[in-house]
Amino acid sequence: MKKLLAFIAVIGLGVLIILALDNNYQFPAFGHAYLPSRVSEHYITKGSNVDIIFGQTLNPESGPANIVTSIVVDYRSFDTLGEVTVLFISALGVSLLLGSAVTQKRLELEFKPNFMLRVGSRALFGIIIMTGVYVTLHGHLTPGGGFPGGTMIASAMLLLYLADDQFRAKIKSFKILEGVAGSLYVIIGLIGLIVGTYFLSNFLDNGVVGDLLSSGIIPIVYILIGLKVGSEISGMIDNFLTEEEVK
Amino acid sequence: MIQYAAILLMMIGLYGLLTNRNVVKIIVSLNILEIGLNIFIISIGFVYDGIAPIITSTNNSSALVFVDPLPQALVLTAIVIGVGTTALGLAIVKSIYAKYKTLEIDEVEEN
Repeated sequence: MKKLLAFIAVIGLGVLIILALDNNYQFPAFGHAYLPSRVSEHYITKGSNVDIIFGQTLNPESGPANIVTSIVVDYRSFDTLGEVTVLFISALGVSLLLGSAVTQKRLELEFKPNFMLRVGSRALFGIIIMTGVYVTLHGHLTPGGGFPGGTMIASAMLLLYLADDQFRAKIKSFKILEGVAGSLYVIIGLIGLIVGTYFLSNFLDNGVVGDLLSSGIIPIVYILIGLKVGSEISGMIDNFLTEEEVK
Repeated sequence: MIQYAAILLMMIGLYGLLTNRNVVKIIVSLNILEIGLNIFIISIGFVYDGIAPIITSTNNSSALVFVDPLPQALVLTAIVIGVGTTALGLAIVKSIYAKYKTLEIDEVEEN
């Protein structure tokens, strides 16, 4: 009975949403979004009347060649600071709920990892870390950035946790790294407030679009975000894979 | 019209949220709802023959037809917050299991 009621409610809600969207002049049909009428046009042209050319345009309004990055870390950087704060609070909540990481010992695996698994996971660990660092460093040029790169670094930690029953990360240094990266983000924002005109304003030279060393503070901020996200999620993984010591 | 598949995914997640009594299944339903919503938001910005909004050495001008980058940036935020809420929910599940030795809400209420 309860399932039937839920089914009817869900179908009703779905039909209501589709009816509201169908033939709505404000809601474009799939694939027919008209960008010049949207705010995204400003992000793509970077507010200039001249076309932005890869490798030629000098010092545009916003440096990154990756337009999504220029929205996330430049135009809406304050939003990203809030997002990082949300992630920090959820990591804090996880460690509060699951107990402090220092006094606990790690969860035992159901099997005994053999030599090949241990060595192979160590070899893979380096490659995964390298990919994560690459994705983080090139966040303003290619797809990716601090959030996916940080998650890749954390997934390398997860691999070591799952493949080795003795492994335990130095969780205290992760906490320090996380705090330092988060504070530096805010400090860079405050420097922008003092040197420039507003919080998190880009006070360095934007350079040529498409260069690795371009777009001012954005690569620095994205590296900080990558470090923070990586250490935070690694801390969460450690919290989930440890338990109270049974005496 | 393909956007309605994303709405279907959202509704599947909502149905699971309303009917399931297992805590892990509730969190999985929440994730399905969230993925449906993310796909829907991304689909709003799609343009036929549009390329990914990145200026590269082959697509080297901002005058080309790009898909809308703003929904993608918003979904990036939504994904990260989704990861945070899922981790927090699973931590609560772990402490529920440690206390009651069960994951069913009905059995938790009996104790």
